[in-house]
Amino acid sequence: MQALLDELPVILQAFWLTIRLTLASAVLALVFGTILAAMRVSPLPVLRGIGTVYVNTLRNTPLTLVIVFCGLGLGLVLDVSFSTSLSTNYLWLSIIGLSAYTAAFVCEALRAGINTVPVGQAEAARAIGLTFFQNLRLIVLPQALRTVIAPLGSILIALTKNTTIAAAIGVGEASLTMKTLFESHGDAVVPIFLGFAFGFLILTLPTGLLFTWLSRRLAVIR
Amino acid sequence: MSAPAVPSKRARVPAGGARVNVLYDAPGPRARRRNAVFTVLVILAAPAVLFLMAVKLNEKKQLDPALWTPFLRGDVWVNLILPGLLNTLSAAAVAALIAVPFGFVFGIGRLSGHAWIRLPAGAVVEFFRAIPLLVMIFAVMFGGNAILGLTVTPFTAVVIGLVLYNGSVLAEIVRAGIQSIPRGQSEAALAVGLRGGQVMRMILLPQAVTAMMPAIVAQLVVLLKDTALGFIVSFEDLLNAGARVLPSNFNNLIPSVIVIAIVYIVINLIVSAIAIWLEKRSRRNRRSTARPVEPPGAIVAPGSATGAPAAGVSLTD
Repeated sequence: MQALLDELPVILQAFWLTIRLTLASAVLALVFGTILAAMRVSPLPVLRGIGTVYVNTLRNTPLTLVIVFCGLGLGLVLDVSFSTSLSTNYLWLSIIGLSAYTAAFVCEALRAGINTVPVGQAEAARAIGLTFFQNLRLIVLPQALRTVIAPLGSILIALTKNTTIAAAIGVGEASLTMKTLFESHGDAVVPIFLGFAFGFLILTLPTGLLFTWLSRRLAVIR
Repeated sequence: MSAPAVPSKRARVPAGGARVNVLYDAPGPRARRRNAVFTVLVILAAPAVLFLMAVKLNEKKQLDPALWTPFLRGDVWVNLILPGLLNTLSAAAVAALIAVPFGFVFGIGRLSGHAWIRLPAGAVVEFFRAIPLLVMIFAVMFGGNAILGLTVTPFTAVVIGLVLYNGSVLAEIVRAGIQSIPRGQSEAALAVGLRGGQVMRMILLPQAVTAMMPAIVAQLVVLLKDTALGFIVSFEDLLNAGARVLPSNFNNLIPSVIVIAIVYIVINLIVSAIAIWLEKRSRRNRRSTARPVEPPGAIVAPGSATGAPAAGVSLTD
């Protein structure tokens, strides 16, 4: 227990990194996932094909492999660089991996949402002369987004837990910090584990509650 | 096989596909021209992007044939890749064999009439679902050593972590499967004098199992993918072969990670195909009153009450 209190600043810093990883990846994944969803429902078979291949590839690849590819492949071999600081660079590389992976799931969620929008909505939009993009942007996506708030919440919770995998390329978020603390406090493994478990509960439980509330609040009443 | 086709079900599947097309009209002459122009642009852009990537890879000497030819050699596969694949598959198989009974025990436990079974089972399931798998694997590795004085091998740590996490997710699938059976079934069974346990064993489970089979298999794909976490604790799995063993022999990280990714994708597509087949079969099956359970990873939009569109999205494309 004492170890947990002594290391509290380190632990809080680790969780702050976890939160930043989650938020940055979530924003990028939402943007990229929306673009992918638009591609998958677009009139161009080529774009639909590219979207399908991307989603199926990323969803069937282990996230660890994606992140290792980003960190070692892009970072070390191809010298992709976002910052002169090595740790910031790996942070961004892991954010790229996390958001590229999560975008595939966001895309599928949005597509499921698009399927729930009644046909009449899109038909009416076409009838008043809206183009594909206007139709998607003004009529279909706003309704689709509101029906998939709850699934997007599940994706965000999964993303929060998935940020631990950034440990594979040495990003010092919560799980890697926990491992380091295990090594330095061999006699306090249980309290440290419970502390980190509690930290993840604090991050994921309110997210779940918030998104459940939001999904009720924003539900499209039909 | 020869179950009579239910019209409403047949109509639903094409509707899912046709609905998306509602976003745009059947293209007229101008739209067809515009679409053709965009298609050509995309088709031209794709090689341009590929070319830029190739230039970048070439700059870093990643297109050197010496980095790719190892994958044409049988001994590289037999000595370096297949042992990793075997470890991945055996970890997944052992974890799956324990996780499925774990899921049934805790899933049924959560539905128990006794609070002293229901509450602990619920607590276990919720706890292990909320904690990242990697944190669990680290805890097993270090905890086993610190508390019990055992040397926990990476294999054991990965398997225990996978069992606890995926077992808990499977428990939720089992619970959902049993709850998807109309209540009249168990009421009728109780009315003819069966006991609680008998109702579960003779009435609920046989029907629920067909309903949850696709979701269970879909979760096994997740389990298989998650074995790659072992890489972080130096488990010698398929990812380890691709990201550590091969690059240290041939200095070909990018080619070998790409080849290993393809192996993972092929295996997962095969298991997913089994899930889709089971799903189709359980949809045809008229003997069960249960509705198919959605896999937890699947995206189910509320309002898609039939369950059909989301299920289609989750596994088929």
